[in-house]
Amino acid sequence: MTNNFDYPILTVTVFFPLLGALLLLFVRNAASIRWISLLVTIGTFIIASPMLCAFDKTTHLMQFVEKKPWIPSLGINYFLGIDGISILFIFLTALLGVLSVLVSWKSIDTKVKEFHIAILAMEAGMLGVFASLDFFLFYIFWEAMLIPMFILIGVWGGANRVYAAVKFFLYTLLGSVLMLVGIIVLYLYGGSTLDILTLSNIKYPFYLQYWIFLAFLAAFAVKVPMFPVHTWLPDAHTEAPTAGSVILAGVLIKMGAYGFLRFSIPMFPDAAKFFAAPLIILSIVGIIYGAMVCFAQKDIKRLIAYSSVSHMGFVTLGIFSLNSQGLEGGILQMINHGIITGALFLMIGIIYERTHTRMIADYGGFASLVPWYAGVFIIFTFASVGLPGTNGFIGEFLIIFGAFKAKWLWGFLAATGIILGAGYMLRLYQKVFFEKANPEATSRFHLTDLSLREALTLLPLIILVFWIGLYPQALLDYMHVSVEHLIKKTGSAAGAENLMAQYIREIFRWF
Amino acid sequence: MLKYTLIPLLPLISFVINILFGRNAIKDKAHWIAVPAVLGSFVLSLSAFTDVLSGNTININFYNWIISGDFNVPIGLLIDPLTAVMLIVVTSISSLIFIYSIGYMHGDKGYYRFFAYLSLFVFSMLTLVMANNFLVLYFGWEAVGLCSYFLIGFWFEKKSAVNAGKKAFIVNRFGDFGFGLGVILIFLTFGSLEYAKVFPQAGSVVGQTINILGYDINTITLICLLLFCGAVGKSAQMPLHVWLPDAMEGPTPVSALIHAATMVTAGVFMVARCNPLFTLSSTAMTTVALVGGTTAIFAASIGLVQNDIKRIIAYSTVSQLGYMFLALGMGAYTAGIFHLYTHAYFKALLFLGSGSVIHTLHDEMNIQKMGGLKKYMPITYWTFLIASLSISGIPGLSGFFSKDEILWRVYAGGGMGKFLWALATIAAFMTAFYSFRLIYLAFHGKFRGTHEQEHHLHESPSIMTVPLMLLAVGAVAAGWVGIPHILAPHSDRIGEFLAPVLGHPKGEGTHAEEWFVMGLSTVIGLAGILTAYAMYGKKTDLPQKIGSAFQPIYKLLYNKYYVDELYDKTIVRPVLNASQKVFLGFLDGKIIEGTVNGIPALIGAFGERLRKIQTGMISHYGLVMAAGALIIIWIVIF
Repeated sequence: MTNNFDYPILTVTVFFPLLGALLLLFVRNAASIRWISLLVTIGTFIIASPMLCAFDKTTHLMQFVEKKPWIPSLGINYFLGIDGISILFIFLTALLGVLSVLVSWKSIDTKVKEFHIAILAMEAGMLGVFASLDFFLFYIFWEAMLIPMFILIGVWGGANRVYAAVKFFLYTLLGSVLMLVGIIVLYLYGGSTLDILTLSNIKYPFYLQYWIFLAFLAAFAVKVPMFPVHTWLPDAHTEAPTAGSVILAGVLIKMGAYGFLRFSIPMFPDAAKFFAAPLIILSIVGIIYGAMVCFAQKDIKRLIAYSSVSHMGFVTLGIFSLNSQGLEGGILQMINHGIITGALFLMIGIIYERTHTRMIADYGGFASLVPWYAGVFIIFTFASVGLPGTNGFIGEFLIIFGAFKAKWLWGFLAATGIILGAGYMLRLYQKVFFEKANPEATSRFHLTDLSLREALTLLPLIILVFWIGLYPQALLDYMHVSVEHLIKKTGSAAGAENLMAQYIREIFRWF
Repeated sequence: MLKYTLIPLLPLISFVINILFGRNAIKDKAHWIAVPAVLGSFVLSLSAFTDVLSGNTININFYNWIISGDFNVPIGLLIDPLTAVMLIVVTSISSLIFIYSIGYMHGDKGYYRFFAYLSLFVFSMLTLVMANNFLVLYFGWEAVGLCSYFLIGFWFEKKSAVNAGKKAFIVNRFGDFGFGLGVILIFLTFGSLEYAKVFPQAGSVVGQTINILGYDINTITLICLLLFCGAVGKSAQMPLHVWLPDAMEGPTPVSALIHAATMVTAGVFMVARCNPLFTLSSTAMTTVALVGGTTAIFAASIGLVQNDIKRIIAYSTVSQLGYMFLALGMGAYTAGIFHLYTHAYFKALLFLGSGSVIHTLHDEMNIQKMGGLKKYMPITYWTFLIASLSISGIPGLSGFFSKDEILWRVYAGGGMGKFLWALATIAAFMTAFYSFRLIYLAFHGKFRGTHEQEHHLHESPSIMTVPLMLLAVGAVAAGWVGIPHILAPHSDRIGEFLAPVLGHPKGEGTHAEEWFVMGLSTVIGLAGILTAYAMYGKKTDLPQKIGSAFQPIYKLLYNKYYVDELYDKTIVRPVLNASQKVFLGFLDGKIIEGTVNGIPALIGAFGERLRKIQTGMISHYGLVMAAGALIIIWIVIF
């Protein structure tokens, strides 16, 4: 647990966007605001990048650690650090931050300053969540993220934005409050500390694990979102401005799955094992349900939002398979989903600027009208479908492998999601890009193919799709040791039946 | 040895260049990049072939593709006799079809795109056959499916074409679902996905079982059946054959290359590649043989009454693929691969010939509206005739040797062999019949199209006819590498070449039986041709009479046994309906959203009621206070 740099690299990374947001307060000109935001987000990425090289892939311990007493009387520290699970999310966040600014270049023309402040504050909050190792700090970042997102949807969103924003806020807040209760119980039980690492090393009695796991589950399941608490997502995605959707799909909904990996599984391994089967069943339901609902969507953004429910079902399925392939596939699929769905939302935003409609029925024949756009869209379509050679395949394959290994029926059922995925994505592609254009609708559009700025926004994601697809080791290498450590923790956990018996015994002892 | 990595990479480079620069820079010169690339692959494949002929086997791992826990799989290539044969088939036919396409696709606005996709296809197909492990095989397997999707829907403004492409991809996904699970099960059973590590261990897991829903199922059988699911999809066997006839919406060179000569044979190749596993499971072998045998006769019977020139040939392909699986299922792996190889030439020739006809008739595909084309396009006619004679099994031609080999091995294979042989022989009669029905209707008699069309009838340019003639050479001579020993001893060169990978077929019979099978298949082939001549060679009303005499059978065949309608009613409609009504409407809309929006509404309603207490009238508050005080007093006292 060291920091190989002689300056607090994580603090600088996390707070640099916030500094940028403060700077924006004093800038008037919209063009300068855009350029400053772009430079700040790129700067954040550059500031973070030395960590990618200096990261030690042979240890599961926290790296680049900073620990300073903050509120000593309550045992609260300012404590940052990352391991093989969080490092990739830091970079995903930093990358999508840049792209969100780029994609909003033309589409946001009201309250430009406030918009970019919200984006930068958001980025700082998300980076903070992934880097925090103290529950107090973590919870501040966790909740702080909600506000800029609420504003992004509520101010720059579509027609039904207020409903969507309030729904998003209430849904997630309700979950978070239960998590807060769980954190307080941990604080009291663990001897007045909020240090996540210290709390992770305590062996909790099963009844405590059981209830706190459930409390945390409330927060994380909503965020993922898992079936059946997913209905905020389609509304939030549909109404959010493009940059909001990209951040939401790319990073925000990853926080739930990240929470499982950082807290639920290492802290409550017995409970995690106990709840694995029901959560896997919910995941599989989510995979199939999300996909089935996609077939009936008329709004392109809603369709991609529901496909996220299906894809995130794969993520939680992998995680709760509790073996290396499942966990690594799950983590990789989180990154992949950020790239692919992030890209799909970017692309929808790009076309929405030209058509001002999200209705699939208004589209058609775009392959000949905007061929480069169509060509890029098909890359992400097939990455989403999980075609070998793209990143989507590696994640889905490892997850299905892990699930199959845990129980063949799980792998079998999850694999049906792949047939359905091909079905709804190709239907969508056909209706938007193929066949004859809808002349009435097309006459209203100002269709132009991808501009240089838009192409540059998408290029890094295209490269990532193939790079991860052909050489996933580049990412998997970071997580191997941390995942093995996680599995070791659950490996010592007892079987489900024993756990229940143990729970009943503990309850009686309690009285 | 590293030069052999260029075999797949050259077409890939051609794809990348054409797709990036084709639209604005290369345009109608796309073939200047694609054709040299594929010819380069062909030359390197020849070199690889001679290398293998001299006894070398190449097996290289490049790097670890995926490592996760105890799972690992490399990216690597293998060139052994089986791969070498496939390389020759794929690159030689691709080269000819690329050249033919220069003429056929001339002037199409998607010219560069066509060559880009075709190059991507060749890359994918070569990756598929050169894989040295199951996951790279799966990569190629899915990639050829992707190219097939692009190329079937090449004319994407046509709704039927796009639907056909989508159908092909999704139907194949049903098969790949099983294939993918099979690959996973292979790793869990053998701890590796590399052929060189899996196959030698195959014998050691015989008898191992897996419990599925209370039944103990043999692991090897399960693996083989799951893999075979993939083959059924890719090679269009029953019940997943429905996509292939629709795939004819694509440009004709695509039908020739992908949907006749190469991609659809991937399933046959894969089963042959996995012969060490299949051989160990008699259940799996029987399944393969039965699916192949029934598909052979089922598809041939549909082909009897179709009128679309390309669909007739498509059903013929399905039927011939059935023959190949029949051979594999009877343990005659070499016979299956031999037929794959000869079929590639005569079937590609049939498709390109039909393309030549369609080209001159400006996209007319109904053979009832053709006729008399012989005198306008002699090269097309003669090459088409050679291919038809070859597929009908006329002695001396390619198709004769490979088909005879299959029929004989099935006959001698024991078990259900005799029954399946009978099926295959009937199918052979049908094959000869529908092939020559097509010849007589399209090329003989009087032209039945419009005057406008008749005016423009002409032979295709030499860029198209030269490939036809070269393929005709293959349709005649390709089979000469596998002459049965009763005709010429020690002339089954392909059998010996493939023996190290595929082994020798089991089952023996007497020479007299072998002569009998050969003689009968020849007679049957001739009988089919003569029947076609009797019905369509002269102008008679025999076809109408027979058609109306057997009206129900005719309708059943004409409507392809209503399989598409069945799937539409039992799978497609229910999924879409369930999506709309059950999932979106009821579950998501009513139950979940109802609850989510219901709770706040309930709280709101409760608050609304509660608000009424706050009337603001002192007298009400006083009353409540007094009542409260009374209750407290009552509680305290008692």
